Amino acid sequence: MSERLEVRKTYKLYVGGAFPRSESGRSYEVTDAKGKFLANASQASRKDGRDAVGAARKAFGGWSTRTPYNRGQVLYRVAEVLEGRRAQFVEEVSASEGLSRSKAETSVDAATDRLVWYAGWADKLAQVVGGANPVAGPYFNFSLPDPTGVVAILAPQDSSLLGLVSTIAPAIVSGNTTVVVSSYQRPLPAITLSEVMATSDVPGGVVNILTGDAAEIGPWLASHMDVNALDLAGIEDADLVRDLEVAAAENLKRVLRPAPGTDWTAQPGLERMTAFLETKTVWHPIGI
Amino acid sequence: MAENKVSTGSTGESGSTGESGSTGESGTTGESGTHALDARTAFEYAPAPESRAVVDLRSSYGLFIDGEFTAPGAGSSFKTVSPATEEVLAEVTEASAEDVDAAVKAARRAYDKVWSRMPGRERAKYLYRIARIVQERSRELAVLESLDNGKPIRESRDVDVPLVASWFFYYAGWADKLEYAGLRSTQPLGVAAQVIPWNFPLMMLAWKIAPALAAGNTVVLKPAETTPLTALLFAEICQQADLPPGVVNIVTGAGETGKALVAHPGVDKVAFTGSTEVGRAIAKAVAGTEKRVTLELGGKAANIVFDDAPVDQAVEGIVNGIFFNQGHVCCAGSRLLVQESVAEEVLHSLKRRMATLRVGDPLDKNTDIGAINSRDQLEKIHELSDTGDAEGAERWAPQCELPSTGFWFPPTIFTGVTQAHRIAREEIFGPVLSVLTFRTPAEAVEKANNTPFGLSAGVWSDKGSRILWMADQLRAGVVWANTFNRFDPASPFGGYKESGYGREGGRHGLEAYVR
Amino acid sequence: MTTAVSAGNGAGSGDLAEATSSEASLRRFLHGLPGVDQVGAEARAAMLGTRSIKTTAKELAIDLAIRMVDLTTLEGQDTPGKVRALSSKAMRPDPADPSCPQVAAVCVYPDMVPFARETLGDSGVHVASVATAFPSGRASMAVRLADTRDAVEAGADEVDMVIDRGAFLSGRYQQVFDEIVAVREACARPDGTAAHLKVIFETGELATYDNVRRASWLAMMAGADFIKTSTGKVSPAATLPVTLVMLEAVRDFREATGQMVGVKPAGGIRTSKDAIKYLVMVNEVAGPDWLDPVWFRFGASSLLNDLLMQRTKMKTGRYSGPDYFTLD
Repeated sequence: MSERLEVRKTYKLYVGGAFPRSESGRSYEVTDAKGKFLANASQASRKDGRDAVGAARKAFGGWSTRTPYNRGQVLYRVAEVLEGRRAQFVEEVSASEGLSRSKAETSVDAATDRLVWYAGWADKLAQVVGGANPVAGPYFNFSLPDPTGVVAILAPQDSSLLGLVSTIAPAIVSGNTTVVVSSYQRPLPAITLSEVMATSDVPGGVVNILTGDAAEIGPWLASHMDVNALDLAGIEDADLVRDLEVAAAENLKRVLRPAPGTDWTAQPGLERMTAFLETKTVWHPIGI
Repeated sequence: MAENKVSTGSTGESGSTGESGSTGESGTTGESGTHALDARTAFEYAPAPESRAVVDLRSSYGLFIDGEFTAPGAGSSFKTVSPATEEVLAEVTEASAEDVDAAVKAARRAYDKVWSRMPGRERAKYLYRIARIVQERSRELAVLESLDNGKPIRESRDVDVPLVASWFFYYAGWADKLEYAGLRSTQPLGVAAQVIPWNFPLMMLAWKIAPALAAGNTVVLKPAETTPLTALLFAEICQQADLPPGVVNIVTGAGETGKALVAHPGVDKVAFTGSTEVGRAIAKAVAGTEKRVTLELGGKAANIVFDDAPVDQAVEGIVNGIFFNQGHVCCAGSRLLVQESVAEEVLHSLKRRMATLRVGDPLDKNTDIGAINSRDQLEKIHELSDTGDAEGAERWAPQCELPSTGFWFPPTIFTGVTQAHRIAREEIFGPVLSVLTFRTPAEAVEKANNTPFGLSAGVWSDKGSRILWMADQLRAGVVWANTFNRFDPASPFGGYKESGYGREGGRHGLEAYVR
Repeated sequence: MTTAVSAGNGAGSGDLAEATSSEASLRRFLHGLPGVDQVGAEARAAMLGTRSIKTTAKELAIDLAIRMVDLTTLEGQDTPGKVRALSSKAMRPDPADPSCPQVAAVCVYPDMVPFARETLGDSGVHVASVATAFPSGRASMAVRLADTRDAVEAGADEVDMVIDRGAFLSGRYQQVFDEIVAVREACARPDGTAAHLKVIFETGELATYDNVRRASWLAMMAGADFIKTSTGKVSPAATLPVTLVMLEAVRDFREATGQMVGVKPAGGIRTSKDAIKYLVMVNEVAGPDWLDPVWFRFGASSLLNDLLMQRTKMKTGRYSGPDYFTLD
């Protein structure tokens, strides 16, 4: 009886709820923190970015009009499924980030807990950031948060899962859809997270994950006229930040600038959610 | 000037007005007695000009830096004219890069030494004081605003200036309550560079300065080059309020001054209201810096009228939506989307109503539509509206004699407009309405949202659930339902998409000015 | 809106005849009229109230307003003497100034009509009489019609009737319609002419502008010559926004049928300034055709003296005082 041959996994992109290879046919070697080969990952191209934006736009209408309660449940479901794959994530985070098993466990658990935290915000945020405005006249006037639209996220490079979840969850919980460029060197947790998304009631297109080089795809997303906002969390190069901001200005994207040295384990606050929210104010006369 | 008052004539096309012969068989006529009741004289409103005497105009103005006016005439200057008569009102200094630097440094000193250290309750009292002075000097401010801007005195008196006072009053109250505002922090940003447009010179100043000061920032504000005078009068009000020097600095000038201010490394925050084109340039200019930015830019709002609308009020809303302030309003309802089943009726009523609009002397208390702010703007309006003709839309304006001097454009509508017309897509920023039709609510939403802008929208319907559905679907920062162009300091205002980012007004308006 | 649309498009009286053919169609028609947004209507009225009417325009407006006054006394304490005095004043409002125009009419209770008639003679000042168990209208139809005939027989040129607000508010539009038609018939004189019928809604009791608009159309379709806001016995009486809605109704009715109907705000209009605001509204909403006593009246008592004081001020350049005007 011969030894069983391992079935290796092919790591692909996640676009519109499907797992395509890069249209460019490119892939790149992913190693662990010590340089040992882990896998080949698809190297997304600008056209993959374009397809992902299309998928995100298509998903926006449906996702943004779900009830907040429903979006909260979906996010919680993501946490459940993520927890179910805890061992796999621990292994990948450990290998990718060079963490000890226990530190990797802490990080994965924090990612799960982060999702749970954001899930709960879905049906509370509007009350916290919106409300009735006491105008001087016979008008009922209220302000509500409304998702900005399609958010391009250049995810943190170091924190491969916790940082990733901490940027995706606040964008989608309010109804945005996302195009995410994962950590270039540490993409495996992102690819596994795609599988979690695909199996936890997140509609296809709400989260699109591209593995590849943010410096290559980022400018295409930053200049894409159908992207409404840009999260630069994973960009460290100041020149690139400036260039991306300049490109984003073409259609007045909302840009969340990077905060180098962000502690992803810290309590996040509202900022990552409100960065991708519009405030809509509605007036109506009061009369008989 | 008084002769500028011209009331528009009858619509001509409608046939509904002015035909006394159409009284038909009603037997009431002719029996009206012996005292010459039929000697009907036209009820022409005599000129009712607001006196200019209340305004004490200087021939030339310096910049307001560190609590003092600089000597006028140093460096280059420009003239500001009354758009209604082209009369030169005053000579105004064009601030150089050095002037801007001096203003920013004054603002920094005031921030470091005084304003950021002052307890909120004391800042509040300064703002309350300013609000009161604005109320006390309201007539002077209104007259000067109408002189320099060309807007009707009825609007500067009843809308602009009262809102200015209310804005300061509102934000004064926040200054010592920031910890309850639920913001990221209660710490000010520092020095705010604020660049404002010419359409609501004083009101935009208030929208910018009041929240900035309340949160503990100091400001350098640049008014638009065609409307600097009320900002300079506001500088006097700051002096009168004993506001510490450097807390508010006013630098006059055009684009170059604005660029220097926005690009100044000593600025922590840029707030701009104006065109999307300039807003885009500012966003690029501050890219890669730590400067925080809020932008309130252009719009192409849809004003959507359903077949169950309260039609007389809807017509008022359409008129107010596009002809308020000569249409120089970023949130103007410049696209009328009317349900096909009532399009003819609504247009008929709209034309009838437009025929009663009074175009003329901005200082006449009965004027509804004043002068276009500048020759440049008038040319832009002409150019874009000419494309409406060229692209096959049908132009209509009431018979309307315009004054021979000054900058004027009659209230105008284009019918037969489709989404493909330039006049349906580009901001005209003048009294020009494009009329489109729709058949279903979904089509209305689709057309309304089919624009790179997203500042405002209007909905007219008597059906509550439909209004809320529409409000939910419209991608715009302000949705006026069964009303239009309402503003209040407690009400957040600002756009989606290329209409900019950030909100002004309300608790939300403070966010732009804290860390 | 749909209904008014067809009306506005000039389909005309045929459609309106269809509308009044049954209780159900009448209701459909009235409830198909465009709604009135209270806040928007009041804002429009307030904006028109800011018009500044000066010098020549003011002189014209004051004389016009005097000519539009229905000089009114509707008190339990009215006597022939009071009515005679009022009638004299109606013909010569300012005895010191013969250029001062007459008012439009004197408005009294039916039993006072003969005394007004006697004094006014053929002066051209009309005699208007309230009728139909004014002000509440709470009497049998027979009594209300008798009241009307009584006034007409006594020489009234104009009859101011009240609608049954109870019937209107409970949705019995057909009843209200039929009653107006019946009163209109009672206004007929043996010679084939008829007293002009003003229909009073008592808008203070109708409560909403939607109701004011419906009542306006109902009355116009039933043949009212004038629609009138109030009896003066209920507060609020005439207001600018209520009058705005009624002016819109007569404007739209003319577009639909070609027929003009008059409007009369009554009660609570006491100053020249108020009166001028109404005239501005008539001018800009219904149109200049209505700027005539044939088509617009003020139901008022104390307004006249204020108009006279303002008139004197315009002529003399001095402010006047109440002692210089008669108090009848």
